[in-house]
Amino acid sequence: MNITLQVWKQEGPDRAGRFATYQVDDIEPEMSFLEMLDILNERLVSQGDDPISFDHDCREGICGTCGVMIDGQAHGPQLGTATCQLHMRKFRDGDTITVEPWRAAGFPIVRDLVVDRTSFDRIIEAGGYITVDTGAAPDANLIPVPKDVAETAFDAAACIGCGACVAACPNGAANLFTAAKINHLNLLPQGQAERWARTEAMVEVMEEYFGSCTNHGECEKACPKEISIDFIAWMNRDYVKAKVKNRRLMGQKA
Amino acid sequence: MTTTSQRPKKAPFPVEFYRSAVGKKWVMAVTGVIIIGFAIAHMLGNLKMFLPDVNGIPDMDIYAEALRSLFSPIVPEHVMLWLLRVGLIVAFLLHVHAAYALTIMNRRARQTDYQAPRNYVAATYASRTMRWSGVIFFAFLAFHLADFTLGIQPAAPETWEHGRVYANFVAGFQRPLVTAFYVIAVSLLGIHLYHGAWSMFQSMGVNHPKFNAARRVAATIISGVIVIGFIAPPLAVAFGYLK
Ligand code: FES
Repeated sequence: MNITLQVWKQEGPDRAGRFATYQVDDIEPEMSFLEMLDILNERLVSQGDDPISFDHDCREGICGTCGVMIDGQAHGPQLGTATCQLHMRKFRDGDTITVEPWRAAGFPIVRDLVVDRTSFDRIIEAGGYITVDTGAAPDANLIPVPKDVAETAFDAAACIGCGACVAACPNGAANLFTAAKINHLNLLPQGQAERWARTEAMVEVMEEYFGSCTNHGECEKACPKEISIDFIAWMNRDYVKAKVKNRRLMGQKA
Repeated sequence: MTTTSQRPKKAPFPVEFYRSAVGKKWVMAVTGVIIIGFAIAHMLGNLKMFLPDVNGIPDMDIYAEALRSLFSPIVPEHVMLWLLRVGLIVAFLLHVHAAYALTIMNRRARQTDYQAPRNYVAATYASRTMRWSGVIFFAFLAFHLADFTLGIQPAAPETWEHGRVYANFVAGFQRPLVTAFYVIAVSLLGIHLYHGAWSMFQSMGVNHPKFNAARRVAATIISGVIVIGFIAPPLAVAFGYLK
């Protein structure tokens, strides 16, 4: 199949960008979207042209490194799918496809389609962990976890941190990412000790970089792991509780 | 971008809470509930336009007088009415301030917009026009208060007279332009509530698999009932059923 690509080209963080148009002929429908970009890049390099920069790593939908806006949708038109798992058979011969990087103040553009997602690391650093004694591995099932809880926590833990939620959000908010990371731990017994400190800290670091949720629900539809916005409601609930509880705990200090 | 250490700490609890965006959304939800409560009461009151006169006095006028002397003589006349009014004004101001502050925050969170058209999947017309429907409705309120509550010319009809609510209502909506503006404003309120009355559950963390589906239904019913209830009496005047 033959397609026309309109790709955002930008030489550096502070440079002005623009859409460049490429004609990509003889593409197989079985190719993934990223393979199609690989082929285009090989052709560009062999012609002595500048290849398109884009992020990728596992190419099996589990690392969260890939991710671009394809025809105005994060990760493209197929729901519940990361860019690396999207295939060219989703498009038609002769299509013009527009590819743009994530746009958010918290995700500055590095080059072309590559953005810097360090802000997500900042949110995780604020509380996306549990504190345990290291040493020999503990026995399995030492701490019983009800099955429903384990499954719901796992649904939240499916987040691969790709940033599609922020990219899709009309407000540039990172509530789905943060809610997934908070609830993954807040639901489990191992996460209880730091639950309230975690919730307050992660929400407030999130708000330093990103916008505020207005409950459009775009993030849920963009998420390659189909994480539910129910988690956002639970995060809001825990945040209000955390604000009260953390104050009380503060008062208990001598 | 600021760092955590620059955040001023240990303000009084409500200030500290309101400083966060999640806190502001919670305040927007709670004030939204208050405003919806008022809107429903106001709408039910308006339906008294359809009730027959009592001893030659319109039921609407009796109702208005009863509002002014609510809980009197336990509290002096007008006191309860003013307490309710102050509560409502505070709720409105908080709702508008939080919306304004969050809008600024959201602009800052995406300084460069997408250069290619976006393809929205979940966002509705209502959710994407909240700021517009809210601001236009707020402007309508100023006119509405001048028209009926305060009787300020030229917003109010020439025959406006304090306490004669039924007559003012009829005179007010015998002006087609005013009725049209009113219908548009109430429809915008309905659109605003279609998203708002659902969204508030999420913002307050009221979420449970047992009733999650019912939240959308509840929001649709609330906005529908409010629109129909508010539009019916003015249209009855406009089409000559109420004189
Ligand atoms: S490259 Fe790892 S998720 Fe797409």
